Amino acid sequence: MNFGRFFRSTAGIALTAAFLIALPFVAAMGGQAWVRILDFAILYVFLALGLNIVVGLAGLLDLGYIAFYAVGAYAWALLASPHFGLHWPIWAILPIGAALACLAGVVLGSPTLKLRGDYLAIVTLGFGEIVRIFLNNLNSPINVTNGPQGITLIDPVSFGAFKFSGTTQIFGFALSGPQKYYFLLVALAILVIIINVRLQNSRIGRAWQAIREDEIAAKAIGINTRNLKLLAFAMGASFGGVAGGIFSAMQGFVSPESFSLIESIMILAMVVLGGMGHIPGVILGAVLLTVLPEVLRYGVGPLQMAVFGKMLVDPESLRMLVFGLALVLVMRFKPAGLWPSPERKRELQETGK
Amino acid sequence: MDIFLQQIINGLVQGSIYALVALGYTMVYGIMGLINFAHGEVVMIGTLVTITVAGSLIKAGMPVAVAGLAGLMAAVLVCMALGWALERVAYRPLRNAPRLTPLITAIGMSIVLQNLAMMIWGRNYMTFPSLLPKMDFEFAGANFTLIQIIIVLVSAATMGGLLLLVYRTKLGMAMRATAQNPAVASLMGVNINRVIAAAFVIGSALGAVAGVMVGTYYEIAHYQMGFMLGLKAFTAAVLGGIGNLAGAMLGGILLGIIEALGAGYIGDLTGGFLGSHYQDIFAFVVLIVVLMFKPSGLFGEKTGDRA
Repeated sequence: MNFGRFFRSTAGIALTAAFLIALPFVAAMGGQAWVRILDFAILYVFLALGLNIVVGLAGLLDLGYIAFYAVGAYAWALLASPHFGLHWPIWAILPIGAALACLAGVVLGSPTLKLRGDYLAIVTLGFGEIVRIFLNNLNSPINVTNGPQGITLIDPVSFGAFKFSGTTQIFGFALSGPQKYYFLLVALAILVIIINVRLQNSRIGRAWQAIREDEIAAKAIGINTRNLKLLAFAMGASFGGVAGGIFSAMQGFVSPESFSLIESIMILAMVVLGGMGHIPGVILGAVLLTVLPEVLRYGVGPLQMAVFGKMLVDPESLRMLVFGLALVLVMRFKPAGLWPSPERKRELQETGK
Repeated sequence: MDIFLQQIINGLVQGSIYALVALGYTMVYGIMGLINFAHGEVVMIGTLVTITVAGSLIKAGMPVAVAGLAGLMAAVLVCMALGWALERVAYRPLRNAPRLTPLITAIGMSIVLQNLAMMIWGRNYMTFPSLLPKMDFEFAGANFTLIQIIIVLVSAATMGGLLLLVYRTKLGMAMRATAQNPAVASLMGVNINRVIAAAFVIGSALGAVAGVMVGTYYEIAHYQMGFMLGLKAFTAAVLGGIGNLAGAMLGGILLGIIEALGAGYIGDLTGGFLGSHYQDIFAFVVLIVVLMFKPSGLFGEKTGDRA
């Protein structure tokens, strides 16, 4: 079945739209916690697609992607919270956050242009750690980030008088805070998907793919590899920055703990597990890796009770254990990811790998 | 001046631990071109196994020296088995998969090992039994302990043994051949599978030794301790030029010394603006600066296009 064509047909669009609109209401039946999980799933789709530009399209292994997310999140937190007493509107903060993250992307990108493969991976990883350590410690002598305690009471997203926190009545429907964020995030995610699709088939996207396949050959046919690699970093970083801003507003709280290396790794795992460079695959990976741990959280405890009659092992560690095993098993049996692009699948089959 | 000497000594001790762990990363990388992200967890398991074995033997009335040795042996054996199993389960089936695939399985195994350790040993900090007598020495105004001397000596001996193994034995020759070109090595009759498994097993044994030393040095252990240690050690391996044994050793020691000096002097250098809690930054800043000028590490050969 050709999914691409299905999604472009009118019936397909209508069905997808109906599904996306109904989803938060169905999830709300299981409690608002599930709507919140949905919100995070979409936020991660957003992040994974941003990272997909860097890793999937341009082939630059970035293990510090979360740093850009952190920059965006802290930009929002500092400009819209009582911490500095600033309450700027979204029109100002979101672009500022994206611009700062973009700048961070260029700062990271420029010294690493010569590096390849795993050397690049470790430098980006180091960069991510540096950002986190600064966030953790910039509370003295001048209190900028409030250190490990983080920043609280961050303003929610609001357009004029319309706030995204709390419940509002629209056309007789009661919409909860997480449900409103859901629709905002879906709108943003669709925008990002469109940008991703358009990029992939553009001159720039093809140049990135050429760099990914063979950098020297790409240079030889006249591609400006330096600028394009920087552009990939900058673009991926800007998406990270926007996602960070929304995260900050949605949570109302940020602390350095949310931006540890394991988060970067999780986003990378979403990209690779789903099918690197293939947009539907990346979306699948992001949704799966966000929802699976939560399903396990709610499933592992009761299951133990049912089977053994008592809690044998701590459900929290058991859920992560199962999650780790799932990562290993998926990669073991689907080395190219769950839903790789058709070309990539063909390549792997042809070389017998 | 005595602060300088003191920090050099502290750095040397910490650095020799980094070096031992870094060797595990670099051996696997040199042969397979793969970052074994789970290596830090192997080190952690080594420490925790020693706590259990040595701790219970001491409680049973065994002399401390015997209990310590038994703990070390147990840690080495468990870690070797673990290294072998890791290779078999998570890496061997993926040897021809796309490059990022084994990276994800490595991360998966790392999560699995951490949580297994948490189930077995709990989520609290554990005290490491003191295996060595506490003795202090003084030299030119700097203090150091017997534990520090033993750590440096043991790691030097272990690394010497590794060099002998790699450069003087048949297995070592097979390893070097596989690192250069696995296909040709296998045509020459080298059993690639065995060589790769050996690299994992030996690397894990070194990791176990390092884990025991970390435990004796800091007297505390935790199921999450492998992560940062592994990260630093990996940084050290890259700093020295990943895949290069001597590079990993020098990179580890260099990293330890830079960190210690940095932590000792950062307050003075920045006029008190940045404190010693920025210690962790040095490793990464130094790494980034070095790689800017030497893209394949201090002692690395120019790597091919392995993207």
